[in-house]
Amino acid sequence: MGRIQLKSVTKSFGDIQVIPPLDLTIEDGEFTVFVGPSGCGKSTLLRLIAGLEDITTGTIEIDGNDATNLVPAKRGLAMVFQSYALYPHMSVRKNIAFPLKMAKMDPAEIDKRIEAAASVLNLTAYLDRRPGQLSGGQRQRVAIGRAIVREPAAFLFDEPLSNLDAALRVGMRLEISELHKRLATTMIYVTHDQVEAMTMADKIVVLQAGVIEQVGSPLELYQRPRNTFVAGFIGSPKMNLISGAEAQKHDAATIGIRPEHIDISESSGAWKGKIGVSEHLGSDTFFHVQCDVTDEPLTVRATGEVSFKYGSEVYLTPRPEHLHRFNEQGLRIE
Amino acid sequence: MATKASRSAARLMMAPAVILLLGWMLVPLIMTLWFSFRTYLPLRGGDQGWTGFDNYVRFVSSSAFWPAVQTTLVIVLGVLVITVCLGILLAILLDQPMWGQGVVRILVIAPFFVMPTVSALVWKNMFMDPVNGLLAHLWRFFGADPISWLSDASLQSIIMIVSWQWLPFATLILLTAIQSLDSEQLEAAEMDGAPVLKRFAYIVLPHLSRAITIVILIQTIFLLAIFAEIFVTTGGAFGTRTLSYLIFQRVLESQNVGLGSAGGVYAIILANIVAIFLMRIVGKNLDN
Amino acid sequence: MARAVTPRRKLINTGLAWAIGLLIFFPILWTILTSFKTEAQAIASPPLFLGFDWTLENYGVVMERSNYARFLMNSIIIAGGSTVLGLIVAVPAAWSMAFVPSRRTKDILLWMLSTKMLPAVGVLYPIYLLFIQLGLLDSRAGLVIVMMLINLPIIVWMLYTYFREIPVEILEAARMDGATLKEEVLYILTPMAVPGIASTMLLNFILAWNEAFWTLNLTAVDAAPLTAFIASYSSPEGLFFAKLSAASTMAIAPILILGWFSQKQLVRGLTFGAVK
Repeated sequence: MGRIQLKSVTKSFGDIQVIPPLDLTIEDGEFTVFVGPSGCGKSTLLRLIAGLEDITTGTIEIDGNDATNLVPAKRGLAMVFQSYALYPHMSVRKNIAFPLKMAKMDPAEIDKRIEAAASVLNLTAYLDRRPGQLSGGQRQRVAIGRAIVREPAAFLFDEPLSNLDAALRVGMRLEISELHKRLATTMIYVTHDQVEAMTMADKIVVLQAGVIEQVGSPLELYQRPRNTFVAGFIGSPKMNLISGAEAQKHDAATIGIRPEHIDISESSGAWKGKIGVSEHLGSDTFFHVQCDVTDEPLTVRATGEVSFKYGSEVYLTPRPEHLHRFNEQGLRIE
Repeated sequence: MATKASRSAARLMMAPAVILLLGWMLVPLIMTLWFSFRTYLPLRGGDQGWTGFDNYVRFVSSSAFWPAVQTTLVIVLGVLVITVCLGILLAILLDQPMWGQGVVRILVIAPFFVMPTVSALVWKNMFMDPVNGLLAHLWRFFGADPISWLSDASLQSIIMIVSWQWLPFATLILLTAIQSLDSEQLEAAEMDGAPVLKRFAYIVLPHLSRAITIVILIQTIFLLAIFAEIFVTTGGAFGTRTLSYLIFQRVLESQNVGLGSAGGVYAIILANIVAIFLMRIVGKNLDN
Repeated sequence: MARAVTPRRKLINTGLAWAIGLLIFFPILWTILTSFKTEAQAIASPPLFLGFDWTLENYGVVMERSNYARFLMNSIIIAGGSTVLGLIVAVPAAWSMAFVPSRRTKDILLWMLSTKMLPAVGVLYPIYLLFIQLGLLDSRAGLVIVMMLINLPIIVWMLYTYFREIPVEILEAARMDGATLKEEVLYILTPMAVPGIASTMLLNFILAWNEAFWTLNLTAVDAAPLTAFIASYSSPEGLFFAKLSAASTMAIAPILILGWFSQKQLVRGLTFGAVK
């Protein structure tokens, strides 16, 4: 079981409040991702849940029990660190066994659990190696192995993939998602990468400057961003945001349209513009188009391989059903 | 950044070291202060009551005081200058590619292992003895009159002995620092047309500044306290009486604890002046 | 700075470095050589370098004259005991400073170092009196305590610099894994810091071994270590070069051998952990 509830939690370092009062509930078995730009307080929030930092005011409950003043060891949570934080002087086996030894578990049971975790994570052949002899991906798996043997109430991941190269990252992303499906344990995952957030999460928590901007499923965030920040942060490439006269036509301070929701044509359309840089990915083509309606170039996606000459004139038409409208405060207008 | 629990644990874990050192500092310090205001002659009547600042006045007005302060400073500064300068040269040499670098390094650091009493005795007798010493032989070989090192050039001799003991330390620290210098920096400077001496002055030396600070700090701590070298070689004669040694003589040889304690207070003040000065520099360097 | 140089340049470097190295090492070499000469050969003019009759007679005389084994034992106990004791006190303190730093950490560290600047003579008599009161004069226990105290700031400082190289995340991982503070320090921090701790121990062992103010002034017979053993060879016996050399060699040999066998840690330790 792992239902985690934060009630009006705040955190200050000295006089600086990094997290203003914050409420959040993470349901049992949910895969929750904290996402936001660096310095948004997502890692701090995770460390507050872990107990590695004290909260300044408020309470944290784990499964309905007050855990606010519990030391990390007593919270029943396991954490995977960005640097993996493996014990360099211990073999893989001893690394994985460490939390069980600390819990004074029966040695036979420890061995059984290590074998089980190692076979799940493909580590059986490496059990007697030191962390220094392993590749980045293998170290990552050891760190996960050390977390799962404890059968914790919840897993905490602090940017676990940021030290891996791009190809490995995609693979590990899948592995962690699979692990979650199989264990069905609560997982809290911190990342600055919105692609990781979108692909893995049941629930995304978007943070900025310690404040929760929006909480919801990946599709909710994609389809109905609550404000311009979330609109700009979720989705790749970023949503085009246009303010000024064009927005006022739609009774909004700012309008937003995703690159994949704009049609491009050589003959006619709503906005006239000039083709800038084109990015050809094969499956899609992205155009950066300088339009009259805004100073920033707009990003447009065309499916498949499409070609326009640099500098040629085109017309863009946003699909009205996908137009997002925001008021002066940046909040969504329904 | 940590939790309240770990902060209070930290205080608890720091306590033994802090309390021990505080006791080690305060108890004798207070006793020394107490004695310094009393006439205290252990072998001639013991504690004979208050004398106010008499001991302080007598200690400073003694003809031995200022020379002792001067001797102390000359020895400390002399050894610092010699070890730092030679240490830099030696470190640069040892950093060059050569055969048997490891063995040379062992040879160079060996004097650090030699206890001060041994090195003082060996230098005094086997090298500096005006009749049978090796240096006397060397002088005679070149047709010169042997020097009575420890009486005619006593201060220089002591500086030399102590420098020999501390050169390994300075060399090693500076060598480690030079080895950590990014060679690309030097190559970039070479590309920019900086000649060898300029490269040394603008790149190597600034890079070494932190290491030099450490050498000066740690050596000063030990040099202010040198004792055995003087005790064994000259016994404080021939102008080699440092402030420390003067106090030692007042306390142990003339058995005047009150006077010696007043001297101790002066020595503590001197050490503190040096300490504050040094700590300022080191404190700045401690962060990076 | 290492890069390809001409063989000639390398040859010059080698020659120069070896010459200087041997010059610096020479007093030690000379002492060791002289210890194997007879007294007459030791003061022969011109001096004999290798062409003499090797003899062990001086060592026999020195052993006979004084109880070398007891001095050696005292040195080992005082240097070893104070180092171990110092480590027990310093490891927790250095842990606090390195991993739970506060605004005052730096000040405390500097204050600790500054206690080393207190001139020993300034407090000699009070310590002497305290030792008499506590019955510690000329006792190994008393010397162990004093050596521990005078080296404690250095031990704390060195451990602090080594500990700071250990990523705090690893300790936090241990905390998450359910380790208590004691287990964290014992099973994670200490094993990870072994090279640093070894260097620290080695350097402090040497410093304590060579310390010659307190050992000369607070011991007489029972607890006198090798520094006192050798001090007894100051004049007039100092004029007997061969015996002096034998005694000197016996006093420094244990440390020289220890130093050579643990060169790597020692080089690290000699920098007081202050330079990487």
